[in-house]
Amino acid sequence: MDRQETADVRHRSSAASAGVLEDDPAGAPNGTVASTPEADSVVRSDVSGALPEGEAEIELRGVSKLFTSRHRETLALTDINLGIRKEEFVTLVGQSGCGKTTMLRILAGLIKPTSGEVRIKDRSLWRGNTRDESALRQLGLVFQDANLFPWYTVEDNIGLPLALRKVDKKQRRQRAHELGELVGLTGFEKALPRELSGGMRQRVAIARALSYDPEILLMDEPFGALDAMTRDKMNMELQRIAQTTKATVVLVTHSIAEAVFLADRVVLLSARPGRLRSITEIPAKRPRQLEVTAEPGFQDRVVNLRHQLIEDEERVARHGGVSE
Amino acid sequence: MSPRTRRLIPWISTIGSIIVLVIIWKLVIAVFDVSPFVLPQPEKVVGGVRDLVQENGFWTDVRITLTETLVGFGIAIVLGIGLGTLLGRVQWLEQAMRPVIVASQVVPKVALIPLFIIWFGFGITSKIIIVAMIAFFPMLLNTILGVRSVDEGQKDVMKSLNASRWQTFRRLEYPSTLPYILAGMEVAIIFAVIGAIVGEYLGGDQGLGYQIVTSLNNLEAERLFAVIFCLTLFGFILYLAVVALKRFLIPWHASAIDNTTAST
Repeated sequence: MDRQETADVRHRSSAASAGVLEDDPAGAPNGTVASTPEADSVVRSDVSGALPEGEAEIELRGVSKLFTSRHRETLALTDINLGIRKEEFVTLVGQSGCGKTTMLRILAGLIKPTSGEVRIKDRSLWRGNTRDESALRQLGLVFQDANLFPWYTVEDNIGLPLALRKVDKKQRRQRAHELGELVGLTGFEKALPRELSGGMRQRVAIARALSYDPEILLMDEPFGALDAMTRDKMNMELQRIAQTTKATVVLVTHSIAEAVFLADRVVLLSARPGRLRSITEIPAKRPRQLEVTAEPGFQDRVVNLRHQLIEDEERVARHGGVSE
Repeated sequence: MSPRTRRLIPWISTIGSIIVLVIIWKLVIAVFDVSPFVLPQPEKVVGGVRDLVQENGFWTDVRITLTETLVGFGIAIVLGIGLGTLLGRVQWLEQAMRPVIVASQVVPKVALIPLFIIWFGFGITSKIIIVAMIAFFPMLLNTILGVRSVDEGQKDVMKSLNASRWQTFRRLEYPSTLPYILAGMEVAIIFAVIGAIVGEYLGGDQGLGYQIVTSLNNLEAERLFAVIFCLTLFGFILYLAVVALKRFLIPWHASAIDNTTAST
């Protein structure tokens, strides 16, 4: 492990106060290395993303997930400790199969972790096999596909979560209109999803996720299916929306440039089994313009993360994973 | 091409194809010197239709065939959707039932009609059962497919919103299964008409299907053609009713958008 740019999140405040990107991301302090050679039976994460008591709005404590199918068991995630602060923007990256989507789905309560705990605003998300309703209410979810309901208009799609919570139609309309404005859909309230472009549909999905004012927005490659230009634009929009709504955002992406551009912290996962490899601070001030991507500090971080990713891919190609 | 002209195309082509058909019809009669007992002149058939409609009991026949078709179709819809929903949801049950379903599908159901007539008599009941049986399978298969095709991503949306069982059914499963059910109904209504007619002419003394048999027995080609014409119209109207229902229930669905019905 020669590369040790993994920043301990506890030092984040000092790094962030710099305001702009420093030129040398390697200057970030060394991270706490959690891997202990004696614990051979369990593959440990390279870093712990745990925050000091009480600082985290979202917390994963020793989370692991084992998928069991008829023929094999797959350890999708192991030993994940990660805290995310209020109003923080965190992106999850990693090669495919590293468990980043699984991790997001665990945060969203769509998958129950095999062991460990998910805490949302100091409430455990799972109680036995049921999910805590008030914790769930803090979460808004956006998927790679917009997953709109084609039988509903844009307005009704945005208002769906409210309808499920028995909010009356008038208030739903009102809210849909407000959110339509926020995400740039004004004038499309009565349109059907099939009449919209991919980017517009994703806007509806974001508005829907925001409809009940969740404090946390979880996004799984939300712009993965969009063309590069629309994607850049949507990233700018997302940044603005996150700032306006003061939402805490966790976003999964396979684009490192996108991850660095959007994030306060980029969390890199290793594959097989999925675990935390590094956490990179991105201290550039907001709102960020596309120009920030040309800054050396930005470029260095992107290159650095790419290297880590490639190393990880090579390792998996060589050994086929550590646990098998 | 302007949208208005485009809308007219089906009408123009319909009229055009009727004219072409009549011309060929007359040509065949003229060139091959076909006997009027085999193929009457088109205008004679028009006259035949006029006579048929004025016949005593014609409308009773229509009503009987209509009753058989609609009641049987209704039974097929209820059973098809009910059983289809069950089998679509419960995987092991569907697996257990699969041989039975396949076997009952493969059986040429028309061959069973005489059997039903023996069992349920020459009256309306046997025809209703025949219609229900024939229309049942497209309903069943489409419902199973529809229930299975509910999108996983959309299910995740409902799950992440902690939607109740009923909310998920009402807002997701029901609307996403509807297009499949309506597609099944489009096929089933045609099958239902076929079932009623075949049932009537294999064993019955009433209905439009029976009128085919009487025309044939009396060697009344004109009247035979007139009955066929009326039956075509009959099926067409029922089919259009299903299409109208589809447009009413799933206006958001691609199948309900393009203007295909006027040309069929």
